[in-house]
Amino acid sequence: MRNALERFLMIDKRNAWLAFALLSIILLALPFAIDGLFGRGWVRVLDFALLYIMLALGLNIVVGYAGLLDLGYVAFFAVGAYCYALLGSPQFGIHLPFWIVLPLGALLACFFGVLLGAPTLRLRGDYLAIVTLGFGEIIRIFLNNLNAPINITNGPQGISIIDSIHVGGFSLGRAQEIFGIAFPAVHLHYYLFLIFTLLVIFVSLRLQDSRIGRAWAAIREDEIAASAMGINTRNIKLLAFAMGATFGGLAGGLFAGFQGFISPESFGLTESIMILCMVVLGGMGNIGGVVFGGILLVVIPELTRHLAGTAQQALLGKTVIDPESLRMLMFGLALILIMLWRPAGLWPSSQRRRELTASAPPSV
Amino acid sequence: MDIFLQQVINGLVQGSVYSMVALGYTMVYGILGLINFAHGEIVMIGAMVALSVIQLLTGAGFPIFFILLISLMLSMIVCMIIGYSMERIAYRPLRNAPRLAPLITAIGLSIVLQTLAMMFWGREYHSFPPLFTNDSVHIAGAIITEVQIIIIIVAMSMMGGLLMLVHRTRLGRAMRAVAENPSAAALMGVNSNSVISITFVLGSALAAIAGIMISANYGIAHYLMGALLGLKAFTAAVLGGIGNLRGAMLGGLLLGLIESLGAGYIGDLSGGFLGSHYQDVFAFFVLIAVLIFRPSGLLGERVAERA
Repeated sequence: MRNALERFLMIDKRNAWLAFALLSIILLALPFAIDGLFGRGWVRVLDFALLYIMLALGLNIVVGYAGLLDLGYVAFFAVGAYCYALLGSPQFGIHLPFWIVLPLGALLACFFGVLLGAPTLRLRGDYLAIVTLGFGEIIRIFLNNLNAPINITNGPQGISIIDSIHVGGFSLGRAQEIFGIAFPAVHLHYYLFLIFTLLVIFVSLRLQDSRIGRAWAAIREDEIAASAMGINTRNIKLLAFAMGATFGGLAGGLFAGFQGFISPESFGLTESIMILCMVVLGGMGNIGGVVFGGILLVVIPELTRHLAGTAQQALLGKTVIDPESLRMLMFGLALILIMLWRPAGLWPSSQRRRELTASAPPSV
Repeated sequence: MDIFLQQVINGLVQGSVYSMVALGYTMVYGILGLINFAHGEIVMIGAMVALSVIQLLTGAGFPIFFILLISLMLSMIVCMIIGYSMERIAYRPLRNAPRLAPLITAIGLSIVLQTLAMMFWGREYHSFPPLFTNDSVHIAGAIITEVQIIIIIVAMSMMGGLLMLVHRTRLGRAMRAVAENPSAAALMGVNSNSVISITFVLGSALAAIAGIMISANYGIAHYLMGALLGLKAFTAAVLGGIGNLRGAMLGGLLLGLIESLGAGYIGDLSGGFLGSHYQDVFAFFVLIAVLIFRPSGLLGERVAERA
């Protein structure tokens, strides 16, 4: 973990422990600080940021490491979420504990990843992109329509009253008191999500430096050369899909337990694109960049939501443009401007940067 | 039999709209290797501009043909301007950037265009003014309306015109040359920048016409109509073999037919388990199947390796 952290922050060994301690304190105190400074709503935003970071890191394995453009990633998120919801809600009257349902959802998502990957990984570049996009839409349409003749997903109404994440009698769904400190539900979820996010970051870092990670990089750079070097490209690509899908499924389960309500609306193409934006905007293949991209794309829309109305009031004295429209407008413009300013992402990986400055045409 | 024929006609009408939009995707892809995700929004803007012009002019007592011509011209001009500026602002600076960078600007652009459209035209569904009489022709028990006949004729002639342009004229030769090899084309004296601009402008003009046609056919226009349409049209382009003009036309028509026949018969085929709301799934399943067995699309050349 410590070596990983050194690499992650690009600092030398002596300062690593200090940085580790500092970072831990900041991360532990963050929800209380934000709660005190900006209000509880922002802690919820923080929880979502962590969820999206997990998703973005999962997609980063597929897009950033292996160089496979996946436009239907949200399907795996949906699979994980629906798995959790169906096995932990009054929908079927099944109430399995979350430590069974969560791995099950991740496993199911992994299975779907292989199911999608196996026939399609022969396709290259944009063909793969459109097939994954189609797959994402298929999953969403099925979720929308599987309420008749047998009601499985409850259709567009979605599934509500999903069990909160709980171990024994200890539920994250309501405020708890630990060592005399009161923890509201959003804070508890924050710590849980933080643990999982750190786990995903750790796995990503270890994967990156492993034999598999190097195989992914080789495939990304030149698939033919990679297979000539003895890499079983199909299996390794399949592994990337399965890994990415597993993380997606995990995040999906957490999402369902956190929200208590899910509907097919949360799993549309825009979500897939949003997650892809996080990966590309932050800097493909670089874990720090992806984390940064995830935070940015959750916080910017929230910030503009708050600023769009009040800033107009303050500057012009009246609301000229409806805040919701202005928010979307600013978000779209931000995407364009950031990409024009830094085409390789805000924080690209050093390897990618070398590739970009070289004269060879960049891949993906 | 008459139901079958009816579905074929509906499929052809829908398919010719897909084809027109797919051409825009495929032309840009053929030349730049770029998925122009904002193309669907141009279709929507085309429909919306035409809608406003028609609403404005209908009260003034002009003849229908004149109104139609003006609205068509205006929406084409607006879309061409948007298409041109889109390329200049969001794509040209990124021509040598990583391939996913223009994808993100395209997504940004489509968010901006959608939001602007929402601000101008509101969130509600607009009913597209009925321009034609509800006259219809009966062929062997199937009904084809006047609008549908016009759509098929216009689409066919537009596509024929485009093929002529690309394969018979000097400009078309320049376009093909840039698609083949931009630097070699530049050495031969082709101004590849202006060729690329013209490609975007042409695609946008086709998109405008497609937008008007689809709104006239269904009678509604909405600021979100471009998203799914663009997706389907891109699917059609891939189905036919992206980068290939004839492929886009074939892919569009096929997708239209598959959708309408699929939606019409899926209930019977699955014993009532699946209904016509699985229409979209049907299209995507066929797409995946085609790509698995013929990864370069129906008419696409077998490309050895794309860098």
